[in-house]
Amino acid sequence: MAVIKNTSAIKNSPKHLLGIQNLSIQEAKKILNEAKTFIKLNRSKSKKLDILRGKTQINLFFEPSTRTQSSFDLAGKRLGADVMTMNVINSAQKKGETLIDTAMTLNAMHPDLIVIRHQDSGAPNLLSQKVNCAVINAGDGRREHPTQALLDALTIINRKGKIEGLKIAICGDILHSRVARSNIYLMNMLGAEVNVIAPKTLMPKSIERLGVKSFTNMKKGLDSCDIVMMLRLQNERMQGSFIPSKREYYEYFGLTQEKLKYASKDALIMHPGPMNRGVEIDTKLADDINVSLVKEQVELGVAVRMACLKIYCK
Amino acid sequence: MKEKIFINARIIDPSQNLDEKGCVIVDEKGKIKSIGSKTKITDTFPSAEIIDLKNNILIPGIVDMKAFVGEPGFEYKENFRTLSQAALAGGVTSIVTMPNTNPIIDNVSMVDFITRRGRDKASVNLYPCATLTKQMQGKLMTEFGLLSSRGIIGFTDVNTVVQNTETMARIMDYASDVGVLIMQHAEDLELSKNGCINEGEISNRLGLGGISPIAEKIIIERDLTLLSEFPCRYHINQISSELSLDVIERNKLKGKKFSVGVSINNLSLNENDIGDFKTFLKLSPPLRHESDRVKLVEGVKKGLIDVIVSDHIPEDEESKRLPFLQAASGAIGIETLLPLALEMYHNESLPLSKIIETLTINPAKILKINKGTLKKGSDADICVFDLEAPWVVKADKLKSKSKNTAIEDRKLQGKILMTFLNGELVFNQQ
Repeated sequence: MAVIKNTSAIKNSPKHLLGIQNLSIQEAKKILNEAKTFIKLNRSKSKKLDILRGKTQINLFFEPSTRTQSSFDLAGKRLGADVMTMNVINSAQKKGETLIDTAMTLNAMHPDLIVIRHQDSGAPNLLSQKVNCAVINAGDGRREHPTQALLDALTIINRKGKIEGLKIAICGDILHSRVARSNIYLMNMLGAEVNVIAPKTLMPKSIERLGVKSFTNMKKGLDSCDIVMMLRLQNERMQGSFIPSKREYYEYFGLTQEKLKYASKDALIMHPGPMNRGVEIDTKLADDINVSLVKEQVELGVAVRMACLKIYCK
Repeated sequence: MKEKIFINARIIDPSQNLDEKGCVIVDEKGKIKSIGSKTKITDTFPSAEIIDLKNNILIPGIVDMKAFVGEPGFEYKENFRTLSQAALAGGVTSIVTMPNTNPIIDNVSMVDFITRRGRDKASVNLYPCATLTKQMQGKLMTEFGLLSSRGIIGFTDVNTVVQNTETMARIMDYASDVGVLIMQHAEDLELSKNGCINEGEISNRLGLGGISPIAEKIIIERDLTLLSEFPCRYHINQISSELSLDVIERNKLKGKKFSVGVSINNLSLNENDIGDFKTFLKLSPPLRHESDRVKLVEGVKKGLIDVIVSDHIPEDEESKRLPFLQAASGAIGIETLLPLALEMYHNESLPLSKIIETLTINPAKILKINKGTLKKGSDADICVFDLEAPWVVKADKLKSKSKNTAIEDRKLQGKILMTFLNGELVFNQQ
């Protein structure tokens, strides 16, 4: 099923990377192609370029993050930008400063790029209206995490050579997941077929309207899938409020060798991290280099972010 | 005051089933002396002031059953003076004000303050509500008897609900004896927790928590079940979805006595209008699917919904310039209530008389006040409007102190020309 476009007036102005929604296919492909050129560089001995020399990149993180933050940090530095990372959880917000005021303050320092992670959906959109530089969304609420989807796409292309025609399953807490949403939009756009699998309480209502098939059964949902993306299940959601227990979740939705057999023979596993071993994924499976792409995802994440920084920094 | 004679008026007064060309005579005391096509001008004083309405429409002053005035505590958002100006510019002459001020209006001394202040500063008829429960906490009922004896028109917890069924049962039981009006905000707070817009495709795309229409339906079902046992004067402030309408229809068919309101926003906008996180369209109850909107309009037509309210909630920019989840709910709307409602006449979804009825006599009947009518002897609260005049909504032209309109740049047809309160001209468009 094709992606449904523009039912709400969400606009992705080319100046900012706010989400995959309404990113054109050309723009998405441009980022992916650009990223490919950085993969080699990142594996070589001298990793430094000066494409962004003299540019200032501010990483504005309102939510704790390790991999996304360090990935953006490294990406900016490898391109030669001056990178500053602010963990706002500990400073301005505590003093009651609003997002807009923080934005205005930073804007006065003339950054060229702001990378923002925020717990509220739409915060990057709001920020982008108030600053003069490019805004890159590093995850907002449960709305979007575009660079994660892009790095997932790059990882798949790297292994499978293409995305078009593949069948991709996304399993786990779809309801609260921005990674799931961004991946649904991007994989659809690039011509894959997407299944989402979750217990009913973690499946958003009318998710089919985003162009996916939804399943509450791993056997049916994984059937002949080429890629299995597992999502992290937050601790606080495991103890009776959304699902009865960790144990029960693992029994029905945890990815094990047996369940993986439902997917196609050469199926590969992905996970945005951090993993809950033994909750959503069997620990051996997660480390099996023949099927697990987890490490590659992290590696290519830097390349994708370098591409985004380069393209959006004007 | 001189006697006033309105000539060449198209008079629409649903309280008398009136829609005819004619004239209206207002006596020196500001009361309706005579109305209709048969009224003769000859039998009046020669000194009377004659106002030629040039075939524009004359209706009773609008009664708005839900508006927030910032006093006390939120004077920076709205005050009695600015609310009055906005109301009169919208043809609204009577306003039911909400008690979620700071401090909250839940005791007699607060009522005395608000009535004194209103009398001094406001230039419209004010009907204050008190809260249903102390501090709006949904636990202890307020002094229904004492408060209503001081002039409280109804009891509501505005944007929160009495979640506990036992408490609600007792409130309705007690109220059925005292005879006060209960105005419920129908939203199961447990179900709507973390939600801020309608649950569905848009909430998925925007990544915002959804509020299911079930949250509204379940409270209405509960309260209407209780109502069989405790027949009090019960009003649902605002409904937003088709689901609720089904429950209401079923219960009204059974002959249960209660009344239902809807916000003009839910009749004129849908969830798509939220677009790219427009916080001015963050409302409670939320805007829903277009099919819900259509059903609500039908509900008004069928008489399942009795009143249309502005749900006027002034919010300053600081409360709205935030990420969507953190932003305050509500939009101003008292000034645009009638013109926006007229859209439903112009697009042929509602007859004009039905719209006027829901804005005048219906709320007056629910409130048991002698307003919303131009019967002989009533107060001459009058709104005169041009049904066809086109205009464009611009926030900075609106009179409200806060500018959070949900319909910025909307092209409307129908413009208020004059508003009279007790026969006195209080707003003139020229």
